[in-house]
Amino acid sequence: MTASRPTLRGTAGALEAARSEGRAALIVYLPVGYPDVDGSIEAARTAVAAGADIVELGLPYSDPGMDGVVIQQAVQAALDGGTRIRDVLRAVREVAATGAPTLVMTYYNPVLRYGVDAFAAALAEAGGAGLITPDLIPDEAGEWIAAADAHGLDKVFLVAPSSTTERLHLTAAASRGFVYAASTMGVTGTRATVGEKAQQLVQDTRAAGAQRVCVGLGVSTADQAAEVAGYADGVIVGSALVRTLIRPDSDRAAALTDLGELVRDLAAGVRAGGAR
Amino acid sequence: MSGSQAARTLREVVGPYFGDFGGRFVPEALIAALDDLTAAWEKAKGDPEFTDRLAVLHRDYTGRPSPITEVPQFAAHAGGVRIFLKREDLNHTGSHKINNVLGQALLTQLVGKTRVIAETGAGQHGVATATAAALFGLDCTIYMGEEDTRRQALNVARMRLLGAEVVPVRTGSRTLKDAINEAFRDWVANVETTNYIFGTVAGPHPFPSMVRDLQKIIGEEARSQLLQRIDRLPDAAVACVGGGSNAMGLFHAFLDDTDVRLVGCEAAGDGVASGRHAATITAGDPGVLHGARTMVLQDEDGQTVESHSISAGLDYPGVGPEHSWLASIGRAEYVPVTDAEAMSAFELLCRTEGIIPAIESAHALAGALRLGTGLVAGGADPAETVLLVCLSGRGDKDVATAAAWFDLLDPDAEVSE
Ligand SMILES: Cc1ncc(COP(=O)(O)O)c(C=O)c1O
Repeated sequence: MTASRPTLRGTAGALEAARSEGRAALIVYLPVGYPDVDGSIEAARTAVAAGADIVELGLPYSDPGMDGVVIQQAVQAALDGGTRIRDVLRAVREVAATGAPTLVMTYYNPVLRYGVDAFAAALAEAGGAGLITPDLIPDEAGEWIAAADAHGLDKVFLVAPSSTTERLHLTAAASRGFVYAASTMGVTGTRATVGEKAQQLVQDTRAAGAQRVCVGLGVSTADQAAEVAGYADGVIVGSALVRTLIRPDSDRAAALTDLGELVRDLAAGVRAGGAR
Repeated sequence: MSGSQAARTLREVVGPYFGDFGGRFVPEALIAALDDLTAAWEKAKGDPEFTDRLAVLHRDYTGRPSPITEVPQFAAHAGGVRIFLKREDLNHTGSHKINNVLGQALLTQLVGKTRVIAETGAGQHGVATATAAALFGLDCTIYMGEEDTRRQALNVARMRLLGAEVVPVRTGSRTLKDAINEAFRDWVANVETTNYIFGTVAGPHPFPSMVRDLQKIIGEEARSQLLQRIDRLPDAAVACVGGGSNAMGLFHAFLDDTDVRLVGCEAAGDGVASGRHAATITAGDPGVLHGARTMVLQDEDGQTVESHSISAGLDYPGVGPEHSWLASIGRAEYVPVTDAEAMSAFELLCRTEGIIPAIESAHALAGALRLGTGLVAGGADPAETVLLVCLSGRGDKDVATAAAWFDLLDPDAEVSE
């Protein structure tokens, strides 16, 4: 099945490597351009050094409909600071150089505007692993699927607790790398509990043919990471990490220290929950 | 991208795609809700029980059919052509928005949900939604950009009087587009209890088709009223375009009357060249915004550009996909109207006909003045030239803005806006 054949720089390798260690992978989200472009690259490198297996770099967008307040705030600051698509591509190049597969998480319009195939070509050239597309369902993604296939990129589509069995099949078949299971019906942000529907969703998505399923939305602590690692191939953490970077005192060294500490905790969490 | 290809006439095109435009560019989490809504609407619109209830509400609650009014003193400034206004300003709650809202509120009841949410710019859609929520006993939350809550403070108070919660949105540009983002975020999280009553013909399928279906009564009534009154169709149907619901509602009945020009008036703010405008079709590019592929005001990275207009209801950097399609196939034309042109038409209608229009609708009036003058200059016989203009709303909500524009207040007067 070509849809799930891993590519060299793709995320499947890292997920399989984690699996062979008997654990889930830790996937971190950070928006490019916050606190500034270099600062976000530094943050991503810090996260990789502290144990992140895969990096999701957010492409800042003016209308982030699936994001909660923390990421909205960081992304708005990134745009106000003048972050451009070319900065995102530079960040991809520098973060991918750490060896961690580096995805871009982007709303669709910036890709459409850049030119879907041109974007895929530029991303592949920068060493990027592929795209996570929160507002693009496979039904609308013909152009992106063709471009991703042409350039050997991962296509990470999302499933949600509301997805029907038919849609789980469709999404599993269209995805390459992994399928992103949204743990709850909602937007990004930290939550006291990861949705109880997440485990069932992972099972159902696997039953629909997905080889690798990672869970995101709401994971912020090592305990939650351990819990999710008990049933998923990867644990995705975003808002909790971004929050360590948002500091009234703008003390970057302290922010990176906090970020590194949280990533180390989460990395320990995915190992603690690895008894699968 | 197909799905509408079976249509033989323009009026039969129902989405999800209008040519290359439309679709559903939304998170997967919303797909089930959109599927449910699509199915519920398909069923309801052909169900006599639903359509009869809606017809009774239109008649007894809204006051439909709204009349058409010929405005000769105003039309004297348009080369002396004949101008008829479709009086959506006389509807209960003061604009065309109620047509759509009553239908969607009835649908909410039908699918058993207990809470409605809506975005609003000028506040007219929010007021209409709050009104329907009061009537049907539904919980109601309205999202409104903080900037707009200032510009339209009276409508905020109206919504609260009607029992709605009004949430000022402080993200992004703090206007309509951000209110829509926030409403979608609410919907994803609360979809089991909540129906999103979208206010215009934009957004993901089924909203463009459903809102169009609920607004097409404007053109259908006007078409038969004109036939009855003067036994002919207009030379042009003219409407303002924000998201495009009153315009689509007016245009739809005439889509296959190829001799009737369809003219959409976009808000040009300080002028299209100034960059401070909301003329999406005139100056935008194809893209994706709020769930649909359509024309969008955007920069070279695909970031949405902030729009500007004196009229909060037209201050939107996107537009309904059906309009983008009608523009692309040349069936409808879209013209820019500046703040200054709109305000001068606003004043003219007040003085010549004793009708205070919404500033949104004044953009259509300005478009009609320009069109009539141009047609007559081009040799048309004014007595044989008929323009039909959608007066989408009344200007009560805009009195403070107009007073400031025309400097009408005594220096020591207190204005509580
Ligand atoms: C009176 C009036 N006309 C027009 C509009 C613009 O909306 P649309 O383009 O969907 O008709 C609004 C929106 O608030 C309005 O209040």
